[in-house]
Amino acid sequence: MKPPDDIDRRIIVATQAGLPLVPEPYRALADELGLAVEDVMARMQAMLDGGLIRRIGAVPNHYALGYRANGMTVWDVPDDAIAELGKMVGALDFVSHCYHRPRHLPHWPYNLFAMVHGRDRDEVSEKTAHIAELMGVKERGHQILYSQRILKKTGMRFTA
Amino acid sequence: MATMDEIDRRIINALQGGFPICPAPYAKAAETIGISQDELLQRLTRLCADGLLSRFGPMYHAEKLGGALTLAAMSVPEERFEEVAEQVNGHREVAHNYAREHHLNMWFVLATEQPSQIDELIAEIEAETGLAVFNMPKREEFFIGLRFEA
Repeated sequence: MKPPDDIDRRIIVATQAGLPLVPEPYRALADELGLAVEDVMARMQAMLDGGLIRRIGAVPNHYALGYRANGMTVWDVPDDAIAELGKMVGALDFVSHCYHRPRHLPHWPYNLFAMVHGRDRDEVSEKTAHIAELMGVKERGHQILYSQRILKKTGMRFTA
Repeated sequence: MATMDEIDRRIINALQGGFPICPAPYAKAAETIGISQDELLQRLTRLCADGLLSRFGPMYHAEKLGGALTLAAMSVPEERFEEVAEQVNGHREVAHNYAREHHLNMWFVLATEQPSQIDELIAEIEAETGLAVFNMPKREEFFIGLRFEA
């Protein structure tokens, strides 16, 4: 997929905080940007097909929905098993993000990160135990890092 | 705390992706949920205003837009925690920052427009705080796509 051009970037900047909540949101956007509505829709469809847009829809505030506990679970697994285990853990419906990240030995032996959400810490801990069970003997150690406090959350903001 | 009824839950559960790109997308989405367009728009406006939804719209993939992202961690002495949080948060590129219960007690996400800026930024934060920053960029992404049950 080709990188976004200047017009794409203007669409991104205009929509990163949300789509207009009006009956014809793409037309409202097109009017605001001085573009044709067909052009806005075609460009957004191309960005969606190319993965620049992951998805379009409601972005829930998980804390407000009652998912008060969030544990970053970190796992030490053999490098040659990480693709298989990562896919397995990433597919679980209570895991929001699952990444392979570098170790920092000797301080930090963990190479697989999975964010686990639950209504409270007991739920996060049960779900983590479930992951450990699924991994079986391949798992060499893990920890749950509970979040205590959000120090900043502005999200990413792009400028055109 | 804001409350939700059965229809709010149906909206949140049904619309975490797949919102159509067509001239009247709210009408189309409303039809699949079984409510009117006006009701969907009113409820979405309220859910956003009450903070149950962070927003409604496209979620962009930062790296594919040409930017760079990394996760970084620090071990901050308790008595300097607030001061260091302020120093770190003072950088516009810090998108999220969480206090976590661990020896590495501060975890933040850096988002820059150019990949080369990540290393510079980390060096800056280390110089300002006098603390080591562990850079943990993702090597592979297995899945992003949690759907929260409302």
